[in-house]
Amino acid sequence: MRLTTKLLAATAMVSASAVSAVELEVTHWWTSGGEAVAVGKFAKAWEATGNTWVDGAIAGSGGTARPIIISRILGGDPMGATQLNHGRQAEELIEAGLMLDLTDVAEEQGWKDIVNPSSLLDACTLDGRIYCAPVNIHSWQWIWLSHEAYATAGVDVPSNWSEFAAAAPKLEEAGLVPLAMGQQGWQQNGAFGVMTIAIAGLDAWRKVVVDKDADAARGPEYAAVFEAAVDARAFASNSNVQDWNQATNMVITGQAGGQIMGDWAQGEFQVAGQVAGEDYTCLPGLGVNEILDTGGDAFYFPVQDDPDVEAAQKELAAMLLSPDVQVAFNLAKGSLPVRGDVDLSAANDCMQKGLEILAAGGVMPSGDMNLSADTQTQIEDLMAQFWSSDMSASDAQEKYADIISRAD
Amino acid sequence: MTVASDAPAQTAQSKAASRPNKLFRNLSAKIASIPMILTALVVFVGGTTWTVVYSFTNSRMLPRENFVGFDQYVRLWETDRWIISIKNLAIYGVCSMILTLTIGFCLAACLDRKIRFENAFRTIFLYPFALSFVVTGLAWQWILNPQFGFQSVVRGWGWESFTFDPLNNPDIVMFGLLIAGLWQGTGLIMCIMLAGLRGIDDDIWKAAKVDGIGTIKTYVVVIIPMMRPVFITALVLIASGIIKLYDLVVAQTNGGPGLSSEVPAKYVIEYMFRAQNLGQGFAASTMMLCSVVIILIPWAYLEFGGKKRG
Repeated sequence: MRLTTKLLAATAMVSASAVSAVELEVTHWWTSGGEAVAVGKFAKAWEATGNTWVDGAIAGSGGTARPIIISRILGGDPMGATQLNHGRQAEELIEAGLMLDLTDVAEEQGWKDIVNPSSLLDACTLDGRIYCAPVNIHSWQWIWLSHEAYATAGVDVPSNWSEFAAAAPKLEEAGLVPLAMGQQGWQQNGAFGVMTIAIAGLDAWRKVVVDKDADAARGPEYAAVFEAAVDARAFASNSNVQDWNQATNMVITGQAGGQIMGDWAQGEFQVAGQVAGEDYTCLPGLGVNEILDTGGDAFYFPVQDDPDVEAAQKELAAMLLSPDVQVAFNLAKGSLPVRGDVDLSAANDCMQKGLEILAAGGVMPSGDMNLSADTQTQIEDLMAQFWSSDMSASDAQEKYADIISRAD
Repeated sequence: MTVASDAPAQTAQSKAASRPNKLFRNLSAKIASIPMILTALVVFVGGTTWTVVYSFTNSRMLPRENFVGFDQYVRLWETDRWIISIKNLAIYGVCSMILTLTIGFCLAACLDRKIRFENAFRTIFLYPFALSFVVTGLAWQWILNPQFGFQSVVRGWGWESFTFDPLNNPDIVMFGLLIAGLWQGTGLIMCIMLAGLRGIDDDIWKAAKVDGIGTIKTYVVVIIPMMRPVFITALVLIASGIIKLYDLVVAQTNGGPGLSSEVPAKYVIEYMFRAQNLGQGFAASTMMLCSVVIILIPWAYLEFGGKKRG
């Protein structure tokens, strides 16, 4: 009898504690050093509210994690919250009613007024309802340059792409790799996107990516981009690493001159104890065209049956955008906060550059928001093929234009 | 005697009369096999039909019934990546089939020559098969890594110009995969061959010796034709391994460098889930099914049709 009583008491205690603190499993693919620190800030703030953060980190890039996340939601095993890049990736899940409607949280917190640029919230909105909480702004348009590498080669640190290209032979003579590039389709595709904005300009890009104009993709502006990409391929020919952070590490250790990578690379420099402006330089828009795309990460909350969990999901959504959490998270991650009204004086040189561009309105919508996953995958495949073979610029351009002509 | 033998015959007759339906014979066995029959019908036949039907739609992340005819197939065969995948699988398939059978048979024949420590050798050869493809792929990725693996070891011995980095060379990356595949799969085929060789009657060897036929000639002319069923089994095992080649590629090269080690199964998975284009993935998997069926039907016809004749 005593045992039964004990067991009953224990059960009662367990169920009692389950009501007061809700466990939310949060899946994300932030696994590199700097990213893990940043996500820890979220977890800390969440645990401070008395709830439990169950960390569901999925190693590998978004390409690995997204299918796992989506199949869990579709398969009836939804997590409490999940990272996804906002845009079209979750469109069908929302249409199928699998994502929690956050409109009431957004109205209560006044997201419409604080989120800057407003395109971030638009990307979370479908038919006037808000389905995700944007947490940061990531932009691809950066090149990271190693001061050490340029000192070894005896040339000045370049201030734009043409200087970079001119300095590349000197670096090669010194036995260094001019351009570090992880051999994965999404990185090569991203670098290509950055070169497009810098070389072809925003108007040509808009025609191709937003209006899906295949003739513009066959035009002279894009031809120049593909020529530059052929150069970049030659600069990166000795860079045989896979993951982006390994490529960043080549820049940090001075083995490579530079890397075209989004601002998440900044977290790696910070973890390595490097100082912006002294150990490394960042050039937004390759130093040519200072425009940042406003992609980023957002949290989605799959629909759950339990009302307690739903309340906790909404609480978490509100917390993610609160000023303190935004500052702590974005400082660690090297990304820009989604609200313009927080104090980021602690931010370093590179983040300040980003904030200035953002304040000046030099923004463009990100590719994620305009191209479907299907088109993106096809372009990534083309890029993977282009970067690893000796495909000529004109062939690649033709294939690219074909994909654009079929895009939906 | 007559009474005893008549009685069961009569009961059998009366049973057959009261239950003329063949369906109810061996009822308990049939009930027991219902779950398996249902699984086969629903999962295999049903799932396959569903996939084929939806390959004619423009389904994206979620399946939907918007039929577009052969559009997905047209696009599939215009895609470079699919063509590369098919070529890669063909190279891997032909080499793997020939080499696994040859090496497997030679190893088995060597072990069959009544050598010492046969058990030890058999275990060593079979051991890689106990590892999953993921572990195999990862281990060989490290072994073939030019900075840490085989190449640097040989260079360390003093052969400075030695170059062997198949995983970084788009032209020969499939052979890097082939090495790992052979290392993993040959042991099993060797064991099957060995079992077949043990099934050959000693008298055959004695007869061959009396007739003065050499050992190798006996193997080629007498033993191998006698082992036809064993070879068929081995062939089916190898072929199914080739068609479903996926995890080895993911673990070892992830399709790289570029697209040069992509395989069809990987195309299916990536277009279904990463590109969120179910229709395209289904079209690709239907093409894989077709290739299996094209190989399977003539084989089944030859194999089972042949037995009836014999």
